[in-house]
Amino acid sequence: MISEISLLYQEVIIDHSKRPRNFRVLEGADRKAEGYNPLCGDRLVLFLKMDGDRIAEIAFQGSGCAISTASASIMTAELKGKTVKEAKEIFEKFHQMVTGTPNGDWEMRLGKLAAFSGVSQFPVRVKCASLCWHTLKAALEEKKETVSTE
Amino acid sequence: MTTTMTPEVVVGVRSHLDVEKIRRDFPALHQKVYGKPLVYLDNAATSQKPQAVIDAITRFFTIENSNIHRGVHYLSEQATRAYEEARVKVKEFINAREAREVIFCRSTTEGVNLVAQSFARRLVKPGDEILITAMEHHSNIVPWQILCEQTGAVLRVAPINDAGELLLPEFEKLLNPKTRLVSVAHISNALGTINPVEQIIETAHRRKIPVVIDGAQAAPHLKIDVQQLDCDFYLFSGHKMFGPTGIGVAYGKAHLLEAMPPYQGGGDMILSVTLEKTTYNVIPHKFEAGTPNIAGTIGLGATIDYLAGIGMENIAAYEQELLEYGTEKLSSIPGLRLIGTAKKKASILSFVMDGIHPHDIGTILDREGIAVRTGHHCAQPVMQRFGVPATVRASLAFYNTKEEIDALVAGLLEAGKVFG
Ligand SMILES: Cc1ncc(COP(=O)(O)O)c(C=O)c1O
Repeated sequence: MISEISLLYQEVIIDHSKRPRNFRVLEGADRKAEGYNPLCGDRLVLFLKMDGDRIAEIAFQGSGCAISTASASIMTAELKGKTVKEAKEIFEKFHQMVTGTPNGDWEMRLGKLAAFSGVSQFPVRVKCASLCWHTLKAALEEKKETVSTE
Repeated sequence: MTTTMTPEVVVGVRSHLDVEKIRRDFPALHQKVYGKPLVYLDNAATSQKPQAVIDAITRFFTIENSNIHRGVHYLSEQATRAYEEARVKVKEFINAREAREVIFCRSTTEGVNLVAQSFARRLVKPGDEILITAMEHHSNIVPWQILCEQTGAVLRVAPINDAGELLLPEFEKLLNPKTRLVSVAHISNALGTINPVEQIIETAHRRKIPVVIDGAQAAPHLKIDVQQLDCDFYLFSGHKMFGPTGIGVAYGKAHLLEAMPPYQGGGDMILSVTLEKTTYNVIPHKFEAGTPNIAGTIGLGATIDYLAGIGMENIAAYEQELLEYGTEKLSSIPGLRLIGTAKKKASILSFVMDGIHPHDIGTILDREGIAVRTGHHCAQPVMQRFGVPATVRASLAFYNTKEEIDALVAGLLEAGKVFG
């Protein structure tokens, strides 16, 4: 039997947590937001460069657990080139997946992000997986305050 | 073997606890989580309860339930007697001079707030100083910050070294004519350090500075003697010492408590009330406004009886054995770094592992049935001092075993593999 732990810590997730992509300060970013998860001390700063309605460039920095780091890394990889509307739709599906909405064909609908489907078996880790997404939302809506998952 | 034992423990004496028998007293220990036997190593957050305590609370609600200090009827008399008997038990547990020096409150947290508002607030003027240490729990930081905001006083912090020990000379240097109060943890929840509270108190008292001791983590591990310590206030929580939640103790020297204004107003804390003037009750009742946590108090009394039957000295000796064993085993894990390596420590093992965030370790251990705490342990300044966002903390009680430490080690090696 495949354990829930191995479904949570899939290879892609371990890989992205150890070698996060787009992990840098984005020079000339026109949107920026900070995210903080007080439960585990995860912190991240998200940078966006917009081209009209499209995310031209996206990067992040911070420190956190494997789930939150990998989530931010894969999110940035997946969202480059997407429109604001597309990004929000992806977030909605992602959120449904990690909170365990049944019968989602996530593989088809979320691509690489489907690696986080195991999170739904770990309710306390949902916040870790979604921190970067809440931060993204704040950046897109240009909220100035640090977003918190609390 | 090193003898890193506390003065309360006779060096070299092996414990003679029948741990298997003790474990049978704690029903919560005998369950499976995720199909694995529970290994409960989160005792510094809250401890499990012996059947005797559960029974005492059940008996109260089943038979004795009644309000105290009010009724003339039989049940109220019984409840009042049980409540006041618990106060005498606490007095004996901490060796207070008198039972009226024992104030029942909600928790350590409420105790610190009580002392800050009722005792310290009248003492401090703008520019005066309150001295704490760099290893305090938030509940021994924030009430003082609130007091400082209210009064214009300044919070000073005595530093600690890389082992997590208080730097006594630095502490002493920080004492000055403006220092109005010292408040320190007896044992650090994040590091396990046992502070030299006797020296701290003596040093402060030489300058006539009163001392508050946060005993939340000491009450479950050590024999406490407030007369020997000569502390002015000593605060602890029932739930961390195998008793109920929602009940705590604020010990204060009688003459200090008598001079203090009440903390809260309400029923029971008065002698007489007219709409023009109210006369406050005597201590301890002056500080126990309203209907208290009667069941919790009676449960705490039962907890103290239970602990007395085992002996705090025996508990401390056994836990030192566990601590030595755990320290040795954990230190042998590649990439593991203990945070908090004081010479005098309680059975708390805080650590980080290379390349694995504490939160991920916590999740992996959880699925092995092992309950640890991960995070900042309500001691963010300690985390900042050691440059880590969080730690994993295994905190041991006298019902834990070496086999459980072995299970922890196996779980950590497993975590290492997941991230290998
Ligand atoms: C050292 C210390 N002080 C104070 C507290 C606060 O105790 P409570 O939450 O029971 O008020 C704790 C609890 O974690 C503690 O470990």
